[in-house]
Amino acid sequence: MIEAHQLTKRYGEKTAVDRLDFVVRPGTVTGFLGPNGAGKSTTMRMIVGLDAPSGGSVTVNGKHYAEHTAPLQEVGALLEAKSIHPGRSAFDHLMAQAYTHGIPRRRVEEVIELTGLQSVAKKRAGAFSLGMGQRLGIAAALLGDPATIMLDEPVNGLDPEGVLWIRNLLTGLAADGRTVFVSSHLMSEMALVADHLIVVGRGRLLADTTVQELVQQAGGDTVTVASDRSARLREVLAGPGVEITGEVGSEELHVTGLSARAIGLKAAEHGIPLFELSSRTVSLEQAFMDLTRDAVEYHATATVEAPGRAA
Amino acid sequence: MSTITVTDSAAPAPARTARPEYKVTGRRVLRSEWAKLWSLRSTWITLGLGLLFLVAFGVIAAAHYKSQINSGERLRPDDATATALSLSVFGTNFAQLALGVLGVLVTAGEYSTGMIRSTLAAVPRRLPVLWSKAAVFGLVALVVSTIGVFIAFMITSGIVSGTPAALTISHSGVVRSLLGAGLYLGLVGVIGTALGALLRSVAGGISVLVASLMLIPGLISLLPTSWQDNISPYLPSNAGEAMFALTHDSTTLAPTAGLLVFLSWTVLALAGAAYRLLRTDA
Repeated sequence: MIEAHQLTKRYGEKTAVDRLDFVVRPGTVTGFLGPNGAGKSTTMRMIVGLDAPSGGSVTVNGKHYAEHTAPLQEVGALLEAKSIHPGRSAFDHLMAQAYTHGIPRRRVEEVIELTGLQSVAKKRAGAFSLGMGQRLGIAAALLGDPATIMLDEPVNGLDPEGVLWIRNLLTGLAADGRTVFVSSHLMSEMALVADHLIVVGRGRLLADTTVQELVQQAGGDTVTVASDRSARLREVLAGPGVEITGEVGSEELHVTGLSARAIGLKAAEHGIPLFELSSRTVSLEQAFMDLTRDAVEYHATATVEAPGRAA
Repeated sequence: MSTITVTDSAAPAPARTARPEYKVTGRRVLRSEWAKLWSLRSTWITLGLGLLFLVAFGVIAAAHYKSQINSGERLRPDDATATALSLSVFGTNFAQLALGVLGVLVTAGEYSTGMIRSTLAAVPRRLPVLWSKAAVFGLVALVVSTIGVFIAFMITSGIVSGTPAALTISHSGVVRSLLGAGLYLGLVGVIGTALGALLRSVAGGISVLVASLMLIPGLISLLPTSWQDNISPYLPSNAGEAMFALTHDSTTLAPTAGLLVFLSWTVLALAGAAYRLLRTDA
């Protein structure tokens, strides 16, 4: 459980995170979406106490991250791919992390196996490919058997097999009752794993919603139907949860709440001829773009980033 | 791969009372920093270099002295007052570079690689990391240099025995001086870790270290003489030298005073590092 309250981070003039309020709940995968530079990474860094908020607060399982006696057991975080010393082997890196909490060597071996790093565990982490580095980061995140897992752009640079692996891992973790918080700038990726979505742009909260709701807000799935007896068709199709729009005198109607199949069957039942019957699915990508358009435009004209800091 | 751990798949989340009890403690952070130090090749190489500098330069200085004596040349003014001790600690100048630089790498190296994010995620209270790094590396530097100067003295005193510089380990003040040299180098290591944490940059840390130990004494000589006499003994390098010099005059501090002054410099550097560590985003 992650709770942010009016969370704010300013770097001089620039406000990277602007009064964010959100709750990430256990048992589901929550996607943290926004264009590049929306403040996702900064927010995640504040969650694990690497950056101090300029205002507001964020707690993990009821306490500030630093106040926990075993922080790695509360939150396992994959921040940037390179949070390692390239001269140290994967095993030594994990072991050094484990020592701080008294995590046994057995658990280190377990996460190495879980992330498929057995064959390279004794090699210098600096020589790892992007995918291997990402797996090492995830191994470190899982090390403390944490109740909350937070991953910043975990699929970046992964091959399709790696992407699938992460997807299964995330849903597995959530099914286990853990809080899973994953950032991405790709809606399509999020749609596949996330149940809940927190969308940000320019550091502001744009939407705190579910994948389903987002689709509905964007107009939902509509069916376009045309008939010369459109007035009669309206009567036939009317019912609870069904919304029908169309200009008076026009042959075309837009229906939400009924499938194309159901409309066809009803029309046939009442002997109404149909000239057109097509369903239109709102693309999540489109819904996301609509939501974040302003934020993206802002970034197309400005290049404000604190140096050396991925926002 | 849908299960997380072998144990967890058996016990789903709501009943996660059986989770192991982990806890961050000071001793565990020390253990972690110890493991981190020795799991890098640069540690072994740089410590080896430090040890080599200590022994080799002491032996070279002694051999040089001995050859001057044997050839019957007039001794250079520096060498005229040389003792087996002053010759054996000749290498500290070079060893302090190796150990100080490694100290900087221990902390600043984490910033340059990104490792610091992992470190502080595991120990978000932060200060234990600094204390542990300083303690672990300071201790290692102390042990390595103490061993180094004793070896250097053994060889050196053997080389110069029978010359005016001859001294044995039982001579008064020799053991104190050798221990002082080891302690000085150990503290240089601590100052290195502090500077690395304060500046968060390997290059910056090394520059300030070299400047404060080697360049500033030279710059001070540009000041009026009366100022020099007041300031000079309290500079880190001169105060440190007083810790392992056998003889002291009016322009230098006594060994204990030297130790106290050098300790103050160390504490100052650590305090700066602690302040920045707590106040600035990682």
